[in-house]
Amino acid sequence: MLRDITLGQYYQANSRLHRLDPRVKLIATFLYIISLFLFKNITAYVIAALWLLLVIKMSKVPFKFMVKGLKPVMTIMILTVVCNMLFTKGTPLFSVWKITITYEGLKMAFYMIVRFVMLIVGSTIMTLTTTPNQLTDGLESVLKPLKKVKVPVHEVAMMMAIALRFIPILMEETDKIIKAQIARGADFESGNLLKRVKAMLPILIPLFVSAFRRANDLAMAMESRCYRGGDGRTKMKPLIYKIEDKKALVCVALYLFVLVAGGIAGNYLPI
Amino acid sequence: MAIIVDKLNYVYSDAGHQVQALQDISVVIPDGQFLGIIGHTGSGKSTFIQHLNGLLKASSGNIYYNGEDICHKDYDRKQLRSKVGLVFQYPEHQLFEADVFQDVCFGPKNLGLDRKQTELRAFTALRQVGVPEDLFYVSPFELSGGQKRRVAIAGVLAMEPEVLILDEPTAGLDPKGRDDLLDQLAKLHKERNMTIILVSHSMEDVANYAERILVMDKGKILFDQTPKEVFSHVKELEEIGLGAPQVTYVMQELKNKGFSVGTKMTTIEEAKVEILKVLKGR
Ligand SMILES: Nc1ncnc2c1ncn2[C@@H]1O[C@H](COP(=O)(O)OP(=O)(O)OP(=O)(O)O)[C@@H](O)[C@H]1O
Ligand SMILES: [Mg+2]
Repeated sequence: MLRDITLGQYYQANSRLHRLDPRVKLIATFLYIISLFLFKNITAYVIAALWLLLVIKMSKVPFKFMVKGLKPVMTIMILTVVCNMLFTKGTPLFSVWKITITYEGLKMAFYMIVRFVMLIVGSTIMTLTTTPNQLTDGLESVLKPLKKVKVPVHEVAMMMAIALRFIPILMEETDKIIKAQIARGADFESGNLLKRVKAMLPILIPLFVSAFRRANDLAMAMESRCYRGGDGRTKMKPLIYKIEDKKALVCVALYLFVLVAGGIAGNYLPI
Repeated sequence: MAIIVDKLNYVYSDAGHQVQALQDISVVIPDGQFLGIIGHTGSGKSTFIQHLNGLLKASSGNIYYNGEDICHKDYDRKQLRSKVGLVFQYPEHQLFEADVFQDVCFGPKNLGLDRKQTELRAFTALRQVGVPEDLFYVSPFELSGGQKRRVAIAGVLAMEPEVLILDEPTAGLDPKGRDDLLDQLAKLHKERNMTIILVSHSMEDVANYAERILVMDKGKILFDQTPKEVFSHVKELEEIGLGAPQVTYVMQELKNKGFSVGTKMTTIEEAKVEILKVLKGR
């Protein structure tokens, strides 16, 4: 029952995108998000959308997985769109009762939605094609310069990796404990609030105990294999830019160039 | 009355992947039977037994307990769970109360029994699984793995189910602990006529205790016979990563070495009788 929640979702496939260096994907995603906010005209959005479609096509991930990422933020999206539509002043198109819909408001709302969707789909592609481990590796490597200002980059990345690793394990464990307690006649559905909160104890206590036990075991296992934090630590699979990665970076640069050119041109177009 | 499983299918589906864990399982488990279930890792044993007390809902097919369809939406599954007790693989992970005794009381308390009844049952159950009294009031988290296991089993026994299902209860126990536990199950089976379903990876255990064995492979039932019949298919069993009890191999070797012994023995007791018979006959 709890397994349906997919966190840190990764879609297994063998595509060019999956094989790319995580750093390239991180940088590309970052640049892409910025690029969405550079211009506010149709041409720029069309270019960004085409680029996105190309990337989706290359990722070999079924389209419905992209849409899945949109669902949780749907409410926020609708809310902002409605607000924009209602409260933007400008040339009125039509009005009902006290509500006036303006041309500018519609335009704003439309841009807003396009931006939002592209932003989320864009970052979803990154998480869908990168394993959590690669992602943290990439993040650690990209953020390395921050070490100079005493940010514990390695430790943070390690914590993130461990947390991500443990999510499915703890989910499974919760599932098992719930089942075991139901088999002992536990009832989670009936009774008032206080009763129901109390009914959660037989799940929460074993879960915490097991989480601490696992944390303890893992710490011991790391210690006994001489883990000492990040200083002087080498990697089994060091991140190395390959020719493919360089090509991808060039593609991203090209995209940015086309987008900027198109965006500037678009500013002179009538719409 | 009995448990009747009719064309049971179950498919696990998470995030795009589908695993057919059970395929067209049909069995009848009569009251008072000691049934063993063996099968390779991932063959669907745990999935199967979770259907018997309604924890998992069949993708298709039906299960009847005492003539009633347990998948029916009006069926009282809470009632069912007090009748069909299920001890999970690694049950020690379900302990949560402040002390051992309280934890065992959890099941009977959920059945709505009064305090006296609850404590009586908890006490009996703890004695049955051989937990010494000086451990009754310590925290369950301070026990050793094997002790925790016993307490967890007592937690289900205290509900006094008609059918007791155990998923690899002996994994990780020492030889004596294992024998004690299995003897205890045999006793419950004999004295209370309890139906016992034992999932195990040990061919010896099922050969010694079960009256009937289900062999599962890739979600299907491969054999459904008495231990003697099942272990005569050594080749097929080995093909799916199982085998026969050690004594059966010993008897086979003896025969190969020229002794005129039978090779159908599955327990040490039987083998002893057979070997003595052959030795005396010489
Ligand atoms: N919660 C789950 N989600 C998805 N697939 C599962 C889940 N639980 C089990 N499976 C799959 O179902 C199949 C049967 O698993 P099951 O746990 O019933 O095997 P088992 O016979 O009990 O194995 P073992 O002897 O290791 O306990 C396996 O292929 C397993 O990968
Ligand atoms: Mg199992």
